[in-house]
Amino acid sequence: MNLVQIMFYVMALVTLGSALVVAAGKNLVRSIFMFFVTLFGLAGLYVLALADFVAVTQIVIYVGGILVLILFAFMLSGKEALVKAEQQSNKFISLNNFPAFLLAALFLVVMLNVVFKADVNNLPWVKASVLNKNVVPVNGTGINDIGVNLMTRYLLPFEVISVLLMVALVGSAHLSRKEAKV
Amino acid sequence: MIGLNDFMLVSVGLFCTGLFIIVSKKNAIQILIGIELMLNAAILNLVAFGKYDRMNNGGQMFALFAIVLAAATTAVALAIILNVYRKYKTINPDKVNQLKD
Repeated sequence: MNLVQIMFYVMALVTLGSALVVAAGKNLVRSIFMFFVTLFGLAGLYVLALADFVAVTQIVIYVGGILVLILFAFMLSGKEALVKAEQQSNKFISLNNFPAFLLAALFLVVMLNVVFKADVNNLPWVKASVLNKNVVPVNGTGINDIGVNLMTRYLLPFEVISVLLMVALVGSAHLSRKEAKV
Repeated sequence: MIGLNDFMLVSVGLFCTGLFIIVSKKNAIQILIGIELMLNAAILNLVAFGKYDRMNNGGQMFALFAIVLAAATTAVALAIILNVYRKYKTINPDKVNQLKD
């Protein structure tokens, strides 16, 4: 049991545990802040999967952008939501959300079955990439490769997504504007 | 050493938690959080498999694009939620049942 494994299990525990708290909690603010913790744990998992740039992007965009947006929306529509959230039943598995729990549990069983049947560590292309030394090295960073690939191989998707992001931001600004007086 | 299986198990757990949140919660913001959890589960799989693609960086690149798309989705969804709140004075999706007033 080396350090990487211990880190992985700690991160996985933090991520899954805080996700469960988000699912179980009835206080909306608390569940939003536990979602913070889930995102940080996921960033740690990305680092352990040797994708440090994606981890940093995750922190910057999710924690810096999306979570602040969610908090804003919560505070702009807050009072009603808080009252409603208080009225929700206390227990994790109440009679109201028992069907939802059943659905999620059955889906979990199906997906676990798929994961164990798939045997992903022995996929042909994974083995080939290990043979060809195509695995991301542990000590070097892959950021150089990402930069070069972003400007050559993935240039078209990059531009398309930038246009899409701008359209989405303009659209959301237009949607959330107050209507003009008639 | 950590294999791909472990990452996939964590991702499965996250996905099912997100599914539970989406189906059971009565608040549009919490449902949005559930959707984000499911997206993150998918991104975790992409990143884990991207380890074996050093030359083209396929997995990490797709993960970056997915994160940016999630940001765009969230911005639009929150704008819609604010509009719904202004019209209906509630963000319970069960109560929002008219296209036109």
